[in-house]
Amino acid sequence: MAELLQFISSGLTVGAIYALVALGFTLIYKASDIINFAQGEFVMLGGMTTVFMALAGVPLPFAALIAVVATTAVGLALHRFAVEPARGASPVALIMITIGASIFLRGVAQIVFDRRFHSLPPLFAAEPIQFGGAAILPQSLVVLGSATVIVVLLWLFIDRTLLGKAVLATAANRLAARLIGIDTRRIVDFSFAVSAAIGAVAGILITPIALTSYDAGTLLALKGFAAAMLGGIGSAAGAVVGGLLIGMFEAFAAGYLSSNYKDAVAFLIILVVLIVIPQGLFGRAKIERV
Amino acid sequence: MMILQTDRLSISFGGVRAVDGVNIAVESGQVFSIIGPNGSGKTTLFNLMSGIYIPTDGGIRLAGETVTGVAPDQLSRRGLSRTFQNLQIFSRMSVLENVMVGRHRHERTGIMADLLHLPSVARQNEATREAARAALARVGLAEAADRPASSLAYGALKRLEIARALASEPKLLLLDEPAAGCNPVETQEIDRVIRSIVKDGITVVLVEHDMRLVMNISDRVHVLSSGRTLAEGTPEQVRSNAAVIEVYLGVHGSQEADRAFD
Amino acid sequence: MRLLPAIAIAAILVILPYFFPSAYYYRIGALVFIFALAVVGLNLLMGFAGQVSLGHAGFLGIGAYSVVIGPVYFGLPSWLSLFAGAALSGVIAFLVGRPILRLKGHYLAVATLGFGLLVAIVLTNEAGWTGGPDGLSVPRLTLFGWQVRGSNAWYWITGATLVAGFVLALNLMSSPTGRALQAIHDSEIAALVLGVDVARKKLTVFTISAVYASVAGSYLALFNGHVTPDVAGFLRSIELVAMVVLGGMGSIVGSLVGAAVLVVLPQALTIFHEYEQAMLGLIVMVFMIFLRRGIVPSLAAAFAGWRK
Repeated sequence: MAELLQFISSGLTVGAIYALVALGFTLIYKASDIINFAQGEFVMLGGMTTVFMALAGVPLPFAALIAVVATTAVGLALHRFAVEPARGASPVALIMITIGASIFLRGVAQIVFDRRFHSLPPLFAAEPIQFGGAAILPQSLVVLGSATVIVVLLWLFIDRTLLGKAVLATAANRLAARLIGIDTRRIVDFSFAVSAAIGAVAGILITPIALTSYDAGTLLALKGFAAAMLGGIGSAAGAVVGGLLIGMFEAFAAGYLSSNYKDAVAFLIILVVLIVIPQGLFGRAKIERV
Repeated sequence: MMILQTDRLSISFGGVRAVDGVNIAVESGQVFSIIGPNGSGKTTLFNLMSGIYIPTDGGIRLAGETVTGVAPDQLSRRGLSRTFQNLQIFSRMSVLENVMVGRHRHERTGIMADLLHLPSVARQNEATREAARAALARVGLAEAADRPASSLAYGALKRLEIARALASEPKLLLLDEPAAGCNPVETQEIDRVIRSIVKDGITVVLVEHDMRLVMNISDRVHVLSSGRTLAEGTPEQVRSNAAVIEVYLGVHGSQEADRAFD
Repeated sequence: MRLLPAIAIAAILVILPYFFPSAYYYRIGALVFIFALAVVGLNLLMGFAGQVSLGHAGFLGIGAYSVVIGPVYFGLPSWLSLFAGAALSGVIAFLVGRPILRLKGHYLAVATLGFGLLVAIVLTNEAGWTGGPDGLSVPRLTLFGWQVRGSNAWYWITGATLVAGFVLALNLMSSPTGRALQAIHDSEIAALVLGVDVARKKLTVFTISAVYASVAGSYLALFNGHVTPDVAGFLRSIELVAMVVLGGMGSIVGSLVGAAVLVVLPQALTIFHEYEQAMLGLIVMVFMIFLRRGIVPSLAAAFAGWRK
């Protein structure tokens, strides 16, 4: 029982991060039909920038703030300089561009930062809380709590503000949105910026638990993408559910089967989902009209 | 002989019944036209008949055999071929190569022979090329054979699709709006081509908006409206059918009708 | 004439060594030919048939490890292990391809990505067979009792294989199957309606491209004398795609150009080894944004335009 609680708690924690990455994917996908493979790099940049700012003597809260702002800027630059110029290209070409961007950011991070693992001090105490025989890190609660806050804020924003409605409109029908005066380019700018910010925050939150390094982004992006696919790409609720599920599957696989194959879980899920239910749990099947 | 029959053919997309209980019987050697206002389900019906969609109700018979749910490539083997309203040209290939693909179901070389370019492949390529040239000649595109397909004018592209479909030696040819977007001269060409196809014993089923072409060339006309059959008969019968006139032009448009259908 | 590119490449291959200042260049040549072989196969799949595979290094890995596992665990001669690896890759491509080639666009891209990653993970974890993350050392190739060593010998072996690979690819492109594949690229629905068994053709070209990659992987392992799971990794898969894009999608000659650029560049940047990843990412981005057609087709178009 204690073991089960342990797995659930660690599964939910890492699942929350996957959920945030998946949300980032979904936001960009809804606004622009693009799968952004550099999503994982946003998470990495959030963590690594904070670490190196702190190492340079900047107080932690400011370091975190700078990291989020810097990553947001990177997200915007990604849209303006890499994605926008190629608008109209095939989906595969666009994926390749974001993959290229992801590798580029990784390569630059390798040079600007370094190749080692880094950590950050947790927000509260480092002592695990004993709960039913399982040891739960306070930081896990911070991650789960923050992820919930972010999801709720995002939902409120989409549902209650005019800008949020504009994002929905762009997602539903880009041309129609433009015809009624929505600057869809700004909307996509916005979606990249917000995704980057969410990613950066996720990176800062998870680093005390899972450490970070220049290449932490790739695996995260892939798992976050698996989560988005599982939930149904284009569905925000799906992204969250998908993320948590994948986190849990991973934890259980690592605990009960083999920790070596932990990473394979997400990729197996991608394959199974794509083959059996390509539209995911919450998505709708596309009908091709000739 | 009935070459194509549909029995209460229906399909729904989500909640919309795009085609609802349509019965069609096409006799061999005929020119059979399907007309109807926009959104009446004509292209959906075509997609059903060519195996692209699977019906939710009803069935299709080709030369007496039930072919409901049979895939398009299998239907091609049974002698059905079609063109597309929105032109599905192989734009990276030349005009001749486009039509050569139309010969695919008659080609007999396997993958190993293809990889090794055995003599059988060279012979097959030559035979295919000849047959493709013949098909191009029938639609009047012989001189354009080596040009990139994307360089042809719109009307010529429509004829190219017909040549490609003819190259597969079909018994039944479905033409999806062959005269759409064509000027009167191009439409005359299409008329000529269809007549020559029929003379060779191929049955032609046509979806068309151009009323003059339809009335001139059809043996039978089937009118669809909102996915259902509205009327069927000879061109004269359909043109004077009050319900048909109404659905195209509204109740007060009957005077317009005579002029339009002339 | 159909085989002109192959003849031209063979001629270049034979003449090039006269310009080599040292034996080191034979090594570069061999590496370029090895990757070009994999890229030709991938080009058939991506450029010609219009599909996508972001996990093709998985097959590279299967080929590479088969020339270790075969000799070390089964006592098979290296050349037989190479064939076994190619056969295994073909079978795996057939089994995996059937369900995932039904997918299109980014779904297919991600499915192939997942496949490649799974192969890499298995290779990393099954240390009992594969030696784990540090890999294994590869027994040298022995042909007719003579141990193949030296970049010189490998230059000719890989070069000859590449020319053979070119010939097969060029043959395929001017055959009924080749026309069907091109048709599938331009309009799947029209191809289907004309009687092309689209699913089967996609599977065929996928399997062929897997075999190309497997042979290349085997050569890579035998040539380097060592193999690690990286050979099947994500970065490798992206490198292969970058080579396709760089050289020109659908251009067989471009495969060699793309491979040459991306093999020579890191060698030229040896002092800036840490810039390799950033450069790769930058190249992929720049080409996909501005020069999507690739080097060879762009040059060909510019040349044709200039001649007018």
